[in-house]
Amino acid sequence: MRAAVRLAAWVYAIAVYGFIFLPVVVLVLFSLQATSFPIPPFTGPSLRWYQAVLSDAKLTSALFNSLLVAVLSSLASVTLGFLSAWGFARFVLPGSAILRGLITLPLTVSYLIIGMGLLVLFNWAGVPKSLLAAGIGHVVINLPLCFAIIYSQMGDHQINIERAARDLGAAEWKVLLMIAVPVMAPAIFAGFFLSMTFSWDEFVISFLLTRFETTLPVEIWNLLRSGLNPKTNAVGSLVFAVSIVLVVFFELTLLRRKPA
Amino acid sequence: MASAGNNSRALPWALVTPALAWTCAFFVLPFIAMGFSSLTAHEGGGFTLANYSQFFTDPSYWRAMVNSLEVTAIVTVISILLAYPFAWILAEMVPERWQRLALMLAVLPFWTSYVVRSYSWLLVLAQNGVINRALTGIGLIGEPLQLANTRFATVTGFVHFFVMLLTLTIFANLKQLSPSYRKAAADLGARPVRTFLHVVLPLTLPGIMVGAFLTFVLCIGDYVTPQILGGNNELLMPQLVMMQIGRRGDFPLASALSIILMAVVTIAYLACARWLKIERA
Repeated sequence: MRAAVRLAAWVYAIAVYGFIFLPVVVLVLFSLQATSFPIPPFTGPSLRWYQAVLSDAKLTSALFNSLLVAVLSSLASVTLGFLSAWGFARFVLPGSAILRGLITLPLTVSYLIIGMGLLVLFNWAGVPKSLLAAGIGHVVINLPLCFAIIYSQMGDHQINIERAARDLGAAEWKVLLMIAVPVMAPAIFAGFFLSMTFSWDEFVISFLLTRFETTLPVEIWNLLRSGLNPKTNAVGSLVFAVSIVLVVFFELTLLRRKPA
Repeated sequence: MASAGNNSRALPWALVTPALAWTCAFFVLPFIAMGFSSLTAHEGGGFTLANYSQFFTDPSYWRAMVNSLEVTAIVTVISILLAYPFAWILAEMVPERWQRLALMLAVLPFWTSYVVRSYSWLLVLAQNGVINRALTGIGLIGEPLQLANTRFATVTGFVHFFVMLLTLTIFANLKQLSPSYRKAAADLGARPVRTFLHVVLPLTLPGIMVGAFLTFVLCIGDYVTPQILGGNNELLMPQLVMMQIGRRGDFPLASALSIILMAVVTIAYLACARWLKIERA
């Protein structure tokens, strides 16, 4: 009886793993297929479609745009998030609970609605659709995340180090740059890499707010119009690879936090 | 608030103001703009409630909301039912030193691009996709099944995503649970099933509710998965919103529909608020 339950549990776990991995395995497998359709039966490996992706100027420039927007918007998010987290953690401000709530509020609203709101506003203000507009949207969604991560990691033991620096005559900007930033580095990196993965992957806001220059997810969306296409598999597999690299960085920064 | 020159009082505001200003300018203000826009007429401007009344009187618009709520409810329930036992197996039966790896593997596909993730399901579910080829190959069915462009496909794509998410939250919840509760129940003579139903399950309910709320919010507001997998056979709310912008450039109606969608999420939040607060404390 006991053994039967254990066996059933393992079979179940393997089935769930199978379900979770099925689409990803299919994606990567058929990106390596030489024929023009990513459908079974699998006919042997070829890097042909990866070559096609890397020689496609539209896709490579979208990839560059994505990286640019991800890096810059994440830098902005983590800077604004860190400064405000430090401000709220170290100083008493009137109405600080409400103000903190305001900063984290965008977390509860769907990206579609955030993108819609910016579209309406920019449309009224006469701001044209651009990568900059999309980047502004990315900061709106990632700032609360960076703030929440960094604020939650602001412990009391760090206050003493900062106080010691002040007692030794350091100016506030020195305390901030030479004490608070290095001490909080793991949380700052975690916020940065998480922002990077979200911005890199974000579709709806970029779709609504860009026109001529777009990000990679939007270009992939455009590729989808042509139906099942091995090029989409190849570019999808590449995006997956980049995300995994970012996640590994994120894991490492989070793990480094633990001994503290 | 702080007088100029009074450095110690100006400093904290200098730190928090940029983030607050950003949130006000690019989150609060757009929302107000959307609110105004939703009250104007598409042609010619002027204030009107027509956009809202259109939603409440036009059955095809209602239908999109009903579809959205149905799909979201189905996805939430199936995802919890699939994820709970899985998270339990990971937390209880996998040896401690392998747990981190097992969990990382379980959420690995999480990190595929979310447009690509939906597209990959298309490869699996298409007329000539993996499942249909496999089923016709072994002779189980003669004609390929219509799997893509159905509600089934939308739900599958969503469940795939949320099983990973809920596995994470439920796993974390199960690990936080002190083993002494279960020991106490066992010492008092409860069998494992009873211990689970009366001790473990109620204690992990807050975690389940948080996961369910997240699923609800992310699922009901998502455009990509229903558009790629469900096609245009039955519209969900986000698809309806995007249609107003894409095909007709009708920002006021799109704004009104977005605000209605947000109102539904707020109601869901208020309904779960009790559990969500416990988690935060």
